[in-house]
Amino acid sequence: MKKTFWQKLSAWHKGDYDFTLKTTDHVDPQIIHEYTGKEHTIQALSRKERAFSGALYNVLCVLFCLILIGVLLGAVVSLPPHGNAENPAVNEVMDRYVEEGMQETGAVNTVAGMILDYRAFDTLGESFVLFTAVCAVTILMKNTKRTAPDGTPLPMVVAPGIVDYSKDNIVKTVSRFLIPFIFVFGVYVLLNGHLSPGGGFSGGAILGSALILFSMVYGEDRAAAIFSERLIKTVVLVSLSFYAIAKSYSFFTGANHLHSIISQGIPGRILSAGLILPLNVAVGFVVCCTMYSFYMYFRRGRIQ
Amino acid sequence: MLREIFLLLLLGGLIFCAIATAVSKRLMKMIIIYMAYSLIMSVIWLLLESPDLGITEAAVGAGVTGVLFYLALRRIHQVDKDAADQDVSSDKNERGE
Repeated sequence: MKKTFWQKLSAWHKGDYDFTLKTTDHVDPQIIHEYTGKEHTIQALSRKERAFSGALYNVLCVLFCLILIGVLLGAVVSLPPHGNAENPAVNEVMDRYVEEGMQETGAVNTVAGMILDYRAFDTLGESFVLFTAVCAVTILMKNTKRTAPDGTPLPMVVAPGIVDYSKDNIVKTVSRFLIPFIFVFGVYVLLNGHLSPGGGFSGGAILGSALILFSMVYGEDRAAAIFSERLIKTVVLVSLSFYAIAKSYSFFTGANHLHSIISQGIPGRILSAGLILPLNVAVGFVVCCTMYSFYMYFRRGRIQ
Repeated sequence: MLREIFLLLLLGGLIFCAIATAVSKRLMKMIIIYMAYSLIMSVIWLLLESPDLGITEAAVGAGVTGVLFYLALRRIHQVDKDAADQDVSSDKNERGE
């Protein structure tokens, strides 16, 4: 039966017709059943429809690219000239950061002083963005017991097998040599964030990558034996709460001109810069646990 | 002078990688080119005197993101289509748990 465009639209509104369920590819009904628990009969597009949607797709792609390129080039053209003294970026804030940052924050690395002292509130927000991302991944990827509409339990969906690196001699030998160095480098970047380039985010990302490499090479079960779901939850929650409480104290004393018990120390020493070092460690833990649990949820749908 | 030439080479590589990522047909290849893009980008961050970003880009862009993309492709059964010849282990060790 031939339908007009309007009939198709009203059928789509009522839920009888879904144009997204037509595809150009061959879809394995077994996979659809595995994921949705329903029998789907996906029709292939007719030749005319395929030609039309292909042409529409190409035209829209080219249009979108042209508009995007135009917007980006327009933005670049309207930027102020580089290095001009009249630029809005050249103001007293930058001078303050560069000239008095070291005395005020105690951090030799001005970037760390900026993101964890002057703008620590932003960094707290960033850590919570990561926390929210973990929550979203958990909701999407966690393997739970699912049932089909008629009540029969469905098999758990797991990522299909990945090449088993624990049987690969080259990868295993190189990793055994490399993983300790990556860990130590991550800890160094984390603890030296206020003295040298690096800090919480970079150090946490390096530690997370090392954990991922470890669980890839030595198997998820060995990694899960050390890093349980409970441990990861506790570490993330304690880090975020510590960050919030410590920074609340520092904001409270700062805003009311009270004397803070946290001293800045001597710039250049490892135990200096007041709160920056513990805050770096807290951010690093959050990032590390985020990376690792992303990997585990994508890999097997659970942490343990 | 030498620094400028090096930077231009890197920028050329960056543009090449970006276009190659967009036009490559095989998804697995696309991920690997994307990781190369991140690696070049991290060297450029170093040359632009922001080593903080360089370290993060190398760890996140070239490391973790690539692995996550790979696992996502696995989940939607695309890697088997792409690189059937490189699979040593089949699905059996995962399915049986």
